Amino acid sequence: MSKRVGMEVSIAVSEAVKLADVDIVAAYPITPQTHIVEHLSELVADGDLDAEFVCVESEHSAMSAVVGSSAAGARSFTATASQGLALMHEILFIASSMRLPIVMVVANRALSSPLSIWNDHSDIMASRDCGWIQYFVENGQESFDHVLIAFRVAEDPAVSLPAIINLDGFVLSHVIEPHILLDEEEVARYLPPFRPVSRLDPDHPVTMGDFATPEFYLEVKKAQEAALRDSRAVIDRGWKEFAELTGRQYQAVETYKADGAEVLLLAMGALGETASVAIDRMRERGLSVGLVKLRLWRPFPAEDLRQALGDARKIVVLDRAISFGAATNPVAAEVAGLLYDAEPRPRIFNMVIGLGGRDVRVEDFEAILEKALGEDSAPGPVGEYELIGVRE
Amino acid sequence: MTSKEKTWTWRDIPVGAVVEEPGNASEYLTGGWRSERPVFTPDHCVQCGLCYVYCPDAAIVMTREGYPDIRLDYCKGCGICARECFMSTFGLSCFEMVDEEEFR
Repeated sequence: MSKRVGMEVSIAVSEAVKLADVDIVAAYPITPQTHIVEHLSELVADGDLDAEFVCVESEHSAMSAVVGSSAAGARSFTATASQGLALMHEILFIASSMRLPIVMVVANRALSSPLSIWNDHSDIMASRDCGWIQYFVENGQESFDHVLIAFRVAEDPAVSLPAIINLDGFVLSHVIEPHILLDEEEVARYLPPFRPVSRLDPDHPVTMGDFATPEFYLEVKKAQEAALRDSRAVIDRGWKEFAELTGRQYQAVETYKADGAEVLLLAMGALGETASVAIDRMRERGLSVGLVKLRLWRPFPAEDLRQALGDARKIVVLDRAISFGAATNPVAAEVAGLLYDAEPRPRIFNMVIGLGGRDVRVEDFEAILEKALGEDSAPGPVGEYELIGVRE
Repeated sequence: MTSKEKTWTWRDIPVGAVVEEPGNASEYLTGGWRSERPVFTPDHCVQCGLCYVYCPDAAIVMTREGYPDIRLDYCKGCGICARECFMSTFGLSCFEMVDEEEFR
């Protein structure tokens, strides 16, 4: 039977990894991911999880190790953050091109320098084109659930792609929340054993990660891109069947009091919960504001988002990273591209918020939304954005 | 990449571009890369086998009689055999690298 328990989100994530009965965990500890791998290490050491825990000397090796183990047909997990993800960068692309269904939790953290252990999305946005399925989770329950969902989808033979679960460092990873944990029997019904499309087997030799001449590389990339786009149907099925098991239904894009709102706020990750409090308060004051939450980042749910944004004339897009020197920041760039031919084209207010752990309060959202309410909806200058809270 | 794969569309690519046929690199003839050809002089050979050991493409096989046999379909003409040949110490290398143009 499912039970409701209070535990730190990182510990709940580790318990989900245990329930997924992984064969290999290869990880290097880095703040704020540490509690996840520490707890997994304990589970393996205590005999509660029958898996190999590979203590590697760097994240580059951690990702390389799970590439090897996944290629050998082992269910493989790793977790990292910030500089660790940056060090993995090279191998991230190899994992997705080789179509290895590794699952990784990234406890999102700022990039150096100056060294910051605190939360933002600079790490994942620098690796966003790595070809992995990428989820953003909002609370502990979603984090726990998505470990199982991510394995289920990634290992589907029609997908066979790795997945990243983005979980905000500290503000989510280190908080204690109530979680409804699944039991082994429920997980067994949802997550079948890993049957790789092909695997390293001395009795049936194959070559993986080979080189390709210019006559061949293009077709490989096209096949990879098609697989990531087509994974969307399997992701939706994974969510649907998870809902049938648990009653918890997830979607690529979710809305909160968004119907008919004059201003919509688009958020990702843990900020969604804070933002929903601001929406409640402002709705009570009779203000026409709503919230749209983006749970799936890759493959990008373009059609869902277009529908969710609907007829709103003004959209506040939150970014948790700066794309230095770019026309606009990562999330705003996607949304602007998506709405290029919308008629009438809404005005986008791009707000970069909570960099390097700068606190984001309910009042901040209220101020941002009030400002957008007071502006007209004629498109503003291209690439204009506000860095919320910066001391001028 | 063999000629069969050159006709593959992106839909024909095995998942992850896995090469499902082991050892099919032998179908990939790299001899065309060569600009110099090693020409063997049997009279110099002491059957030491160093050329066989050093050849980076395994393009040299040893005959039953113990002499090197160069598989020109795979030899890229790097010249390592000529240089590493034991007899080159005495200026009597078994291999002379000859411009490929001379064989046209």
